[in-house]
Amino acid sequence: MSAVNLIAVFAENQLGQMARITQVLADADINIRWVTIATNESLGVIKFLVDKCDLAHQRLHEKGWTVSLVEVLAIEVEDRPGGLHAVADCLARNRINVENSSGFVSHNRAVLLIEVQDVPGAQQILANQGLHLLSQEEILKL
Amino acid sequence: MFWDQKTETIERAALEALQLKRLQATVRRVARKVPLYRQKLAGGGVKPRDVQSLADVRRLPFTTNADLRDAYPAGLLAVAPEEVLRLHTSSGTTGKPKALFFSRRDVANAAELMARCLVMTGVTRRDVLQNMMTYGLFTGALVMHYGAEKVGCLVIPAGPGNSEKQLLLMQDFRTTVIHVTPSYALYLADFLQKKGVDPRRDLALRKAFVGAEPYTEETRRKIEQALGIDVYNSYGLSEMNGPGIAFDCEHKCGMHLWEDNFLVEIVDPRTGEPLPDGQTGELVLTALCREAMPLLRYRTRDITSIIPGPCPCGRTHRRLHRITGRSDDMLIVRGVNIYPQQIERVLMSLPSVGRNYQIVLDGLDEMTINVELAADGFDGHVEHMTRLQSEIVDRLRAEILTKPKVHLMPPGTLPVSEGKAKRVIDNRSL
Repeated sequence: MSAVNLIAVFAENQLGQMARITQVLADADINIRWVTIATNESLGVIKFLVDKCDLAHQRLHEKGWTVSLVEVLAIEVEDRPGGLHAVADCLARNRINVENSSGFVSHNRAVLLIEVQDVPGAQQILANQGLHLLSQEEILKL
Repeated sequence: MFWDQKTETIERAALEALQLKRLQATVRRVARKVPLYRQKLAGGGVKPRDVQSLADVRRLPFTTNADLRDAYPAGLLAVAPEEVLRLHTSSGTTGKPKALFFSRRDVANAAELMARCLVMTGVTRRDVLQNMMTYGLFTGALVMHYGAEKVGCLVIPAGPGNSEKQLLLMQDFRTTVIHVTPSYALYLADFLQKKGVDPRRDLALRKAFVGAEPYTEETRRKIEQALGIDVYNSYGLSEMNGPGIAFDCEHKCGMHLWEDNFLVEIVDPRTGEPLPDGQTGELVLTALCREAMPLLRYRTRDITSIIPGPCPCGRTHRRLHRITGRSDDMLIVRGVNIYPQQIERVLMSLPSVGRNYQIVLDGLDEMTINVELAADGFDGHVEHMTRLQSEIVDRLRAEILTKPKVHLMPPGTLPVSEGKAKRVIDNRSL
């Protein structure tokens, strides 16, 4: 199935946490393709898209970090005015509640990453709407 | 199973007659031998012969923690020094310790009561008991040691800490019973998990006697679950022998307090007025059989209640509810009385919350609860953690009537202790 795994790390809101985590990834020769940080007032979750997801999980766990895999959907968006609107409109019409989302453009291809409660359900609906969902391999090749 | 069925199931009337006889003898003896009691009794206008019924105990003076410290080292000794066989002290976190003396009969009697406790939970001479309490000035380990030897168990005097060695001993000698503090039991469960040891499959453990710190019913269940054993609650205090004063029977529905040895009262901690069975207050104990250092109406500062009604095991000695706090552990935050155990009870009832927590008080009554997420509680979603944080806040507010800040932390962040855990950090500038 074309879901994408992110690696999520539980980090307290403290100076230098990000640097300590990226050090572990750098030491393991892991390439970070994308990152997002979600916080509330006392804690944060840093999510990475990396080229070697299992290795990243293993190394961070060994170093004592609290880690988890998060499944997200990567929707390809047309890189033109109104491109994102078309996708957002589709999500709204199909009543897909998005918990977190972020987007990026790489080599003229735009991608919207969304976190939803019901991953398989959303996958089905979005595919039926003719949207292209990128697989882990595809997104890493962008 | 019974160690001393006749005494353990004695009719209430016969028990009370025995208590009165022993109380009268104790009061006569301390009035004669202990200057502090002579003064206290005279000050209250009470003569030993005024004790005509058990209700007359209320006319007797209280003994407090401060009395014991003032009497240090030997002011409360009721026998000649050569009659003393053993000295223990009770933790002197503030200033002088309390000195506690045991005569030959006291040592034997403490073991006898401990033997009753052990057999009551089903322990036999075939059991192997690994004693993880601190040996030394603290009574916890030695009294259990003597009691278990009396029953005929193999006793391993392991002491606390050094989990690698504990595991080795448990494996090599097929330990069936451990005597342990609740915080070390939880620590040990985590340790075994990290080592890949499944206690149900790899160890012979069946029971734990858990005491020396108050803990909650939820913590009991967590320990039982994690180790695949039965946990029996143990209550004691060094001022009255040490452990073995009150203990769970096989039904685990409250701790039978050996009333032939101790006269029990529950009083209002502020006024000292007696409270009826079922009501929560401070436990007050009078030693009926102690020889070297009998204390009258000792204010234990432990908060509990007497559970009304008979126990299915058939013992007639009344049951104590688990200790819900210490009158001197009580925190006053924004004018509300709070026991740390109330907070623990809430935290332990939430499965995504780990076992380690800390209560931090800052500035002018700001309360923050630092709590670890359970080891498998992280799913990568900050929203879920925010929701959990608010759920903890809501539940705590319902329990302690004030709204704390809750700070959820990754598992393994808070300091862990191998002994008594330090749960409260009070930095208030009041």
